[in-house]
Amino acid sequence: MVLDDPKSAPATREDAPWQHDKKKEDLKHIGKPIRKVDARSKVAGLTRFADDLRLPRMLHMKLLRSTMAHAEIVSIDTSKAAALPGVKGILTGKDMPTPFGILPVSQDEHALCPDKVRFVGDPVVAIAATEEETAWDACRLVDVQYRELQTVGSVHEAAGTNDPRLHDYGVRGNIHRLENLEFGDLADGFNRAEHIREDTFWFEGNTHLPMEQHATLAHFDRDGKLTVWSSTQTPHYLHRALARVLAPLPAHKIRVIAVQNGGGFGGKSDPFNHEICAAKMSMLTGRPVKIALTREEVFWCHRGRHPVLMRSKIGVTKTGRITALDFHSFLDGGAYGSYGTASTFYTGALQTVTYAVENYHFRGARFFTNKAPCGPKRGHGTPQPRFALEVQLDKIACDLGLDPAQMRLDNLAPRDSLTANFLRIGSMGLGACIEKVVEGSGWKERRGKREVTKDGRIRGLGLACSSYLSGAGLPIYWNGLPHSGVQLQLDRSGLVTAFCGSTDIGQGSDSILGWIIGEVLGIDPLGIKVVTADTDLTPVDLGSYSSRVTVMTGNAAMQAAERARDLLAKGVAKKLEVPASRLVFADERVFDAEDPQKGMSFQDAVICTEAQFGTIGTVGSYTPPKSAAKFRGGGVGPSPSYSYSAAVVEVEVDPETGIYRVPKVWMAHDIGRALNAAVAMGQIEGSIYMGLGEAMMEEMAYRDRSHKGKRVFVHKIPSLLEYKSPSACEMPECVTYVIEDPDKNGPFGAKEVGQGPLLPMMPAVANAIFDAVGVRVDENPVSFEKVFAALQAQKAGKEARFGPANDDTGVPVVDFGEPLQIKTPWQGGDGTAHNDPHRTKKAAK
Amino acid sequence: MTQPNKVLATFQVNGEPHEVAFLPHKTLLEVLREEMDLTGTKHGCELGECGTCTVQIDGTPVLSCLVLAVDAVGKDVQTVEGLAQGAELNPLQHCMADLGAAQCGYCTPGVLMAADALLRDNPKPTRDEIKEALAGNLCRCTGYIKIFEAVELAAARMRGEDAQPSKESIYGS
Ligand code: FES
Ligand code: FES
Repeated sequence: MVLDDPKSAPATREDAPWQHDKKKEDLKHIGKPIRKVDARSKVAGLTRFADDLRLPRMLHMKLLRSTMAHAEIVSIDTSKAAALPGVKGILTGKDMPTPFGILPVSQDEHALCPDKVRFVGDPVVAIAATEEETAWDACRLVDVQYRELQTVGSVHEAAGTNDPRLHDYGVRGNIHRLENLEFGDLADGFNRAEHIREDTFWFEGNTHLPMEQHATLAHFDRDGKLTVWSSTQTPHYLHRALARVLAPLPAHKIRVIAVQNGGGFGGKSDPFNHEICAAKMSMLTGRPVKIALTREEVFWCHRGRHPVLMRSKIGVTKTGRITALDFHSFLDGGAYGSYGTASTFYTGALQTVTYAVENYHFRGARFFTNKAPCGPKRGHGTPQPRFALEVQLDKIACDLGLDPAQMRLDNLAPRDSLTANFLRIGSMGLGACIEKVVEGSGWKERRGKREVTKDGRIRGLGLACSSYLSGAGLPIYWNGLPHSGVQLQLDRSGLVTAFCGSTDIGQGSDSILGWIIGEVLGIDPLGIKVVTADTDLTPVDLGSYSSRVTVMTGNAAMQAAERARDLLAKGVAKKLEVPASRLVFADERVFDAEDPQKGMSFQDAVICTEAQFGTIGTVGSYTPPKSAAKFRGGGVGPSPSYSYSAAVVEVEVDPETGIYRVPKVWMAHDIGRALNAAVAMGQIEGSIYMGLGEAMMEEMAYRDRSHKGKRVFVHKIPSLLEYKSPSACEMPECVTYVIEDPDKNGPFGAKEVGQGPLLPMMPAVANAIFDAVGVRVDENPVSFEKVFAALQAQKAGKEARFGPANDDTGVPVVDFGEPLQIKTPWQGGDGTAHNDPHRTKKAAK
Repeated sequence: MTQPNKVLATFQVNGEPHEVAFLPHKTLLEVLREEMDLTGTKHGCELGECGTCTVQIDGTPVLSCLVLAVDAVGKDVQTVEGLAQGAELNPLQHCMADLGAAQCGYCTPGVLMAADALLRDNPKPTRDEIKEALAGNLCRCTGYIKIFEAVELAAARMRGEDAQPSKESIYGS
């Protein structure tokens, strides 16, 4: 075992161009709690969201959605709707026959269903009218005749139903994807294990629940150009989807503007039916068209957390070192592909980046079911397996009589190393994270003490960790282009304008541009003008997903700013007759380091440079480093860097009812470097909150109803009242630690912030429940009734556990075929699979 | 499906009269946003579940999606647009901006209107009283903590104290 061998680290690293080693005291703006560039307009109520926009002669559009979970469309009669005064346009599936979808491998959606509906809520007809209510009324006048088909409601059912298929693509039957990857030698790993466990876990789906419902305004103007304003996290991908469906309208005549998002969390990352319909409707009617979804429709759009069933077999040494991990995941994908291919890989990708895993076998299956499509939610595909792994490790520590915190510390994945599945770890602050929360919470003294509160509840502490990407190493569609571009324009007034395609969804990405550029040019970050997320004006940035913006947009901004600084230095050097290398940019001035009096204002620097070289503009762009994983499927998981988190959660459990509260949380997050202290804190606190909601109450559950002998899946809780999420009253006290372990690949050493700390919350809650009352809930959410059921089992002398059957009957029987076999780095592997049929074919050619 | 006749009425919003014609079944939320272009007031459900539409009527926070516009005629309606004094933000707005308590900013107008009413009634609210007052305003971004801290900071400043945010709240522990 040569896991820690420096040879397994990447042989050559380019010089670190992103100033990760800059000392804190040398940074003027970075790390300071400066306001966000849009803070004023947000607190003044002046930020315009998509539904706040309107245009003269604007029509309102509504979608008629399927009432059937799975059916063929026999006929659609819109004649009565068309006759209603005020109705200006009607679209059905035949008007937009080209399919689309976020991933090139699953172009399986239509703007309106042409011949088949796949879930209750699938859109069938779009109607635009002069008044919003008229559009609703008209929808009610449409007569759609369906022929119902058998429905598929779960991974078990999907695995057992070959016919009817939801889609005519995929692996077979209703299996959308099957992945089977083996890294190293599992049999050997288990042979060397001193302890082996097998557990089955279930993670129910849940949804983003952004406070803003999606809205879109589209305007096809008289010059034949289309503008679409939308609450989207990915204007570039929406642009591509529009160009595809609206062809022959050329892409350069389509302009997508991502309006400020009122929260996204991944829920606004797909191109949506309503966006494409609004665009088409505007082209049809020649008038601006707006659609604002109702809250209920937002639940139907979904793309949230996949429900995942997991079976995990783990082999460890006496000290808890993982010698072998055999992990199966079964994803309930809902009705469409969405990001599901990536989600499937993500349920297997990041198990290896927290603790060293010597040999690893991952099998993942995604199924189509007649429910709203699942996709990426904060943590995309990784919280479910993280729940399984962290709860299982807690059980292992218990089995071996080890302290769960110490066991994790003893087995950390090494920094600057390659994992079994060829992910390249750079900076790695998980150890520091664990130490902080252990110390802060009094873990060593308080764990396992089962203190009783005044009102008779029992206290427990639970610990869990996680890691997350700083952006995906590969774009969603194959291309060799930069992932992020920034363009700077320097004006004689001294104004610096940054143009970038990145999209602010509330996380502060617009501000990141200001802070970084301000730092490099020595000017006030709030004085910089930021123009973002407009496909006509701004260079492409792939969007706000997978926590990619801080690193990727940040690096592009840094490059553009450094180029501007170099140009200005040239201009000023000539004018002042000092070498450019001696010039300092700080406090809105450019001056000689050796004689600070000798210098000029930033504005004068721009003017004198423009006088010498003409109009000033620079560009910067960023492409992530090449991945070491070259096997098929290796595209999901690589990232420029990984953030780390550790949490201790305190619970107080009523041993009679299972009702518990969470009074306090300790969370440490290694983010490389905080670009803005207050904003980073806000991201961490928001993650704690959202993770707590997932742990305690949030679930996207369905009612299984019969209708004329056929089963229909109706969303159980499509409202904010019934989809429980934590209110201000449920928010616990949080002690937050920001760990800064700068990473070479990020701007000033920054990594992602704000997805990672969501992940440990759910397993930490489950582990804390065990610490308090000795029962295991192997399901998420860890809701009160499950704790109660486990307590009942405990009282009855049965296994003190609630969860899916913990044997082979708990998971569906699926033939995964032969695994791709990949040698680990410490076996001398080169990142390719030695039995890849594609590779063999290529080699034969 | 014939439409009923519109009513014509004058509203007092943020101290200014607004004369508008609207259908009698319209909510205050709809009339504010659609007839007066006061889009600072948001909607997240239009069913009284999220608090993003909170405004004040005669100083009391209400959910404007549950108030018929006709019932607000003749009353003093305050929206987020009325909080700032001219170009100057009020102390609560300043504190929210400084602490990053508005992430996406969508819940922010509702939170501001609820918290503003609280601070008028209770210049020194405890953390629990703040939680209680904001229990009906869902926020998916912040975990509420920066909002609580902003309300506490603003309360202190409005009492004339020279208060600063704690180091832990900005840099962590
Ligand atoms: S819009 Fe949600 S409470 Fe009024
Ligand atoms: S700041 Fe986004 S919902 Fe509160």
